[in-house]
Amino acid sequence: MAVAHTDNYILGLYDDEDLLMDAIKHVRSSGVIIEEVYSPFPIHGIDEALGYKRSRLPIAAFLFGLLGTTLALTMQIYMLGFDWPMIIGGKDFVSLPAFIPVTFELTVLIGALGMVACFMVVSNLKPYGKPRIFDTRSTDNLHVMAINLKSNRLSPAEIRDVLAASRAAEINDKSFEL
Amino acid sequence: MEHPIHIDERYKFSSGLKKVLGIVLIIGVVLLAGGIIMGVMGVGEHHETSTDAANPLYNLKEASETPFTTQGPTEMSPESGVVEHDAAHGDEAHPRGSGNAAADAATSHAGPTWLTRLYSNFWINNLFFTGLAIAGLFWVAIQYAAQAGWSAGFKRIPLAMASWLPVAAVLMLVTWLIANHDLFHWTHEALYDETSPDYDPIIAGKKGYLNTFFYLARMVVFFAIWIIFFYLIRRESMREDIHGGTSYWYTLRKYSAIFLVLFAVSSSMAAWDWVMSLDPHWFSTLFGWYVFASWWVSAIAAITLIVVLLREAGYLKIVNANHLHDLGKFLFAFSIFWTYLWFSQFLLIYYANIPEESIYYIERLTSDYYSPIFFINLFLNFLFPFLVLMTRDAKRHSIFLKIVCTVVLFGHWLDFYLMVTPAVMKDFGGFGLMEVGLILIYASAFGFVVMSALTKMNLIPKHHPMLQESMHHHI
Repeated sequence: MAVAHTDNYILGLYDDEDLLMDAIKHVRSSGVIIEEVYSPFPIHGIDEALGYKRSRLPIAAFLFGLLGTTLALTMQIYMLGFDWPMIIGGKDFVSLPAFIPVTFELTVLIGALGMVACFMVVSNLKPYGKPRIFDTRSTDNLHVMAINLKSNRLSPAEIRDVLAASRAAEINDKSFEL
Repeated sequence: MEHPIHIDERYKFSSGLKKVLGIVLIIGVVLLAGGIIMGVMGVGEHHETSTDAANPLYNLKEASETPFTTQGPTEMSPESGVVEHDAAHGDEAHPRGSGNAAADAATSHAGPTWLTRLYSNFWINNLFFTGLAIAGLFWVAIQYAAQAGWSAGFKRIPLAMASWLPVAAVLMLVTWLIANHDLFHWTHEALYDETSPDYDPIIAGKKGYLNTFFYLARMVVFFAIWIIFFYLIRRESMREDIHGGTSYWYTLRKYSAIFLVLFAVSSSMAAWDWVMSLDPHWFSTLFGWYVFASWWVSAIAAITLIVVLLREAGYLKIVNANHLHDLGKFLFAFSIFWTYLWFSQFLLIYYANIPEESIYYIERLTSDYYSPIFFINLFLNFLFPFLVLMTRDAKRHSIFLKIVCTVVLFGHWLDFYLMVTPAVMKDFGGFGLMEVGLILIYASAFGFVVMSALTKMNLIPKHHPMLQESMHHHI
């Protein structure tokens, strides 16, 4: 087994969301670190149960928005104020109120595109990225709990015991080439 | 649940709060009296000595050279054309300023006095607090029309705010009857008399709409509609408390839908009547929406503030951080909505630069006194709530909400101040003891009416069909 070139997982599959929520508590309290849970539909309170930290996407959104504002203002002030000054409607060359609509639009556009880009990168949906599909049934009827062996100190056999005790419907292995 | 939720909760207007409101009232009266005395003695009034009271600001030639113009060579500027056009127009059409000043002189108003300032303050507070009350009712109606469940637990707070409406109606009517000549230039008879030297063809052309009888009729009808719907909605909501069942909810939804349609028309026309007609030559087509946005965001701030304070006083345990988060989002979103309307009005007038429209901003931007307020207004009502309420944590913690709500409430009072004062007081507006005093008096009276209205009903509509949804609201 070429350990260095694969990422090895143990998967616990559950067929009921209440069972899954109990299982998450049980598994985490047994000292097993869960990497991710895939479920066919959103489950209330699962973020808290998994102990996820708050997403940093809003911060990225704010920074992208700020970038958009700066870009838009710089562009318009440079173009209409310095590069090619024109009198439009008898206004100043740099007339800020007239620049606001474009600034607003670019702020929204760059904020939105930036967020989508961040989300794509974080979720491994970038071009040429290979998204990891643990079990196709996670889009149908099963909740899939993915446990990465690398980040756990417990042995695979111990993890299997914990999953079995949490009433997992199936326990599978899965490896991904790096 | 950490706190047990008492559905069958009643609010008790504590003597401590009564005392606080009483003290605020007394301070307000003292400050107002101080302001009036200073006004009578002529102390502390704002004067711009360099400005000839009647003329330069309203002289359109000068006005069109002010802020919205280029620094480029004059012959290239379209401005020169505009100036000539005005000059040609000026003689027959009485440009606003000179016509106004002449008429004021003719109708024996020697210029704004402390009394005018007092009236104008009453008018500002009437507008602002009427707005809080009617937008409170609007809030309730929109919850029913949208079939919203999350807000069911604290619907009684905006409903109680609407109980200020009858008081507001009396105050508004009395203020208008006493002060109409001081506040509203168009009420002077001489403007409509073709033989009079003060004849103003523009205002005379609006006589079909702007005349005392029709104006008062509209005021009475609007208040009547609002008060009737307030009583209908309150009555059904109280009956629901006693009997339960879903039939009341359906009736309430029907009343709310009808009210929303009537409110859409009446609020907009009220804004033209009560605010825009202070400048009878000037018009802006989205003014009704602009005033509505100001009322609506102030009402959201007031609702949030009352909910947060009630929670801290041990009531309304049904409201949790998720509800506060949504209220915070409302405040955040509608602050931006107000800014959007503010800017839409400003940009079009700025760009077109037609003197009869741009006079509104020229009055407010070229005055040393009003122009700082103009920017403070934008800061308090846009930048401050926008930056402070942006994060999730700020919306979920009552301390941030309390600060932002207070700032936004004052900010929108200032917005009305900026709509009314330059129109009524010209360059003689001021902000001093009189203003602060009257705000305190109105705020105390408003608080008293709202809080005593809250004691008369269950704090939580206990048989509201969506109460469970509200209790388990989670975002």
